[in-house]
Amino acid sequence: MERNKILSAKDIEITFSLRGRKLTAIRKCSLDLYEGETLAIVGESGSGKSVFTKSFIGMLDNNGSITGGSIEFEGVDIANYKKESQWLDIRGKKIAMVFQDPMTSLNPLKIIGEQIREVIELHQGIKGEESKRMAIEMLDKVGILDPERRYKQYPHEFSGGMRQRVVIAIAAACFPKILICDEPTTALDVTIQAQILDLIKNLQKEMGMTVIYITHDLGVVANVADRVAVMYAGEIVEVGTAEEIFYDARHPYTWALLSSLPQLGIKGEPLATIEGTPPNLYNNIEGDAFASRNTHALKIDFIENPPYFDVSPTHKAKTWLLDPRAPEYEIPKTIQKLREKTGGKS
Amino acid sequence: MANKDVLVDVKDLQITFGEGKKKFVAVDDVNFQIYRGETFSLVGESGSGKTTIGRAIIRINPTTSGTITYEGKKINGKIDKALDREVIQKIQMIFQDPMASLNERAKVDYIISEGLYNFKLFKNEEDRYNKVQDALKEVGLLPEFASRFPHEFSGGQRQRIGIARALIMQPEFVIADEPISALDVSIRAQVLNLLNKLKKERNLTYLFIAHDLSVVRFISDRIAVIHKGRIVELADTEEIFAHPLHPYTQALLSAVPIPDPEIERKKKLIVYDSNMHDYSVDKPKWIEIKANHFIYANDKELAEYKTKL
Repeated sequence: MERNKILSAKDIEITFSLRGRKLTAIRKCSLDLYEGETLAIVGESGSGKSVFTKSFIGMLDNNGSITGGSIEFEGVDIANYKKESQWLDIRGKKIAMVFQDPMTSLNPLKIIGEQIREVIELHQGIKGEESKRMAIEMLDKVGILDPERRYKQYPHEFSGGMRQRVVIAIAAACFPKILICDEPTTALDVTIQAQILDLIKNLQKEMGMTVIYITHDLGVVANVADRVAVMYAGEIVEVGTAEEIFYDARHPYTWALLSSLPQLGIKGEPLATIEGTPPNLYNNIEGDAFASRNTHALKIDFIENPPYFDVSPTHKAKTWLLDPRAPEYEIPKTIQKLREKTGGKS
Repeated sequence: MANKDVLVDVKDLQITFGEGKKKFVAVDDVNFQIYRGETFSLVGESGSGKTTIGRAIIRINPTTSGTITYEGKKINGKIDKALDREVIQKIQMIFQDPMASLNERAKVDYIISEGLYNFKLFKNEEDRYNKVQDALKEVGLLPEFASRFPHEFSGGQRQRIGIARALIMQPEFVIADEPISALDVSIRAQVLNLLNKLKKERNLTYLFIAHDLSVVRFISDRIAVIHKGRIVELADTEEIFAHPLHPYTQALLSAVPIPDPEIERKKKLIVYDSNMHDYSVDKPKWIEIKANHFIYANDKELAEYKTKL
């Protein structure tokens, strides 16, 4: 497969200033995004997955800024963008975003059609009847029946799943190159969730988009992702193809996430849990951020932050366990079971 | 379970909201029994009436017709005061959203002991204090948390406070309404483990309300699938997963994401359309198709389902 980089983030560092203190939310994150792929970013709340991707479209809160690294998109380092006018060319037009809660991401005072039309008129400069026609076409495309009638309705006349379809229509209306979906189905029912995931997949195929999913649901990840990046405390701790992450995970944090899933649990036995809490990002973190919660922690984890170790050309993990000098360790039961599924290919 | 001791028995339950033209039937013709010591799950999409049933059992929603009995005593509709108090104490509820279910202006100490105050379940102040401390420890929180306010806690901790509040009443039966859906992944496992531990230690019976079948599989003994206010299928957990008969159960199962890319990629989504049933002449019934496996179907469908077993 030919792999064209569409976006490349290098050593991104994002800090927020809060009440005079500095919080480092993203600590040297690097990520390449390839054209046409679906990348899932997983991690618990506060791991920085939303903040990281928001920096791609200049949507960080006012007290936050990119303090290091570069984001290359179409030959330009967009991490240097300072002015809102520069972002307008990218945000919504080339990189669009679908938010978590469809109940709050639509304007309740405007009819649905106008909200889609607005994006088309602003970014494509198409006006009048033509933009209206395109908006209706978009509604049809996201699977809303009777789009002409629905065009004139207000958000409150739509159910949660239908609203999320509208939000997707708005995001996809300008044929963006990259679509960032921030927990697009967390607020929805399982049956609706499956339909929305299918919709995004179909749109992606049809329009040739690259999709980034931000989610904490590993079931959703397994459904949609080509590649997976696992985030913890502002760092990407492991990245690989979906198969590599699910069947051959190497980082203890990825193990912990997988082992805590009730879907993989054994009835009657307690689920594996991750004890403790993530580190305080106000402080300087010494060593590996996950060390204090890590049942596989080595002495060195508390002293030095591990580098990335390559497992395969597409798979790398940030843990000392992969160092050749690391002692033997035992892999959790759930992970062993997952590995056996592939016939121990690794 | 060898001896099936029926704890809760719901018969022909109907719950409606509004009157006249605006009348809406939220729950209709619902029948099920919950045995002592089991975890019984109600699964369905939003608006299916699963929470309404839970709330009817705990006497928050009035019922329109049908009966709910608890230990053989009818507990819906008008009942005498003593029984009302007994029911309120023995049946407790854990709510979905820990951010919304705790009184923001009260200290944890008061939140947990409110039930004790209402029922005068303590001998003196020292006894009450000890009970609160024990309850906190039992759910894995530090005793000194009692003097804090809810906003000082994370979602997982708040859910534990909600569980402590239910437990301090020494309930026999706990209704858990989507207790983990508002929680983060890493916290979900902790709360599920806690619920399982408490069940074992205190011999509790759970009614677990959820929309995610995969979570339910891990903790429940039996599952009832509910659609538009009607239970369409009820069976032992593994039976439901091995032989899902009703098309809605199949649709729900197909929608549940499994954390395994190979399975997920091969998966075909089944969409359920309730118009597929032709109930114009051949009326559907609630039937035990095989031992402990109930289904809502008419004669024609029943014959068809039987071939699949």
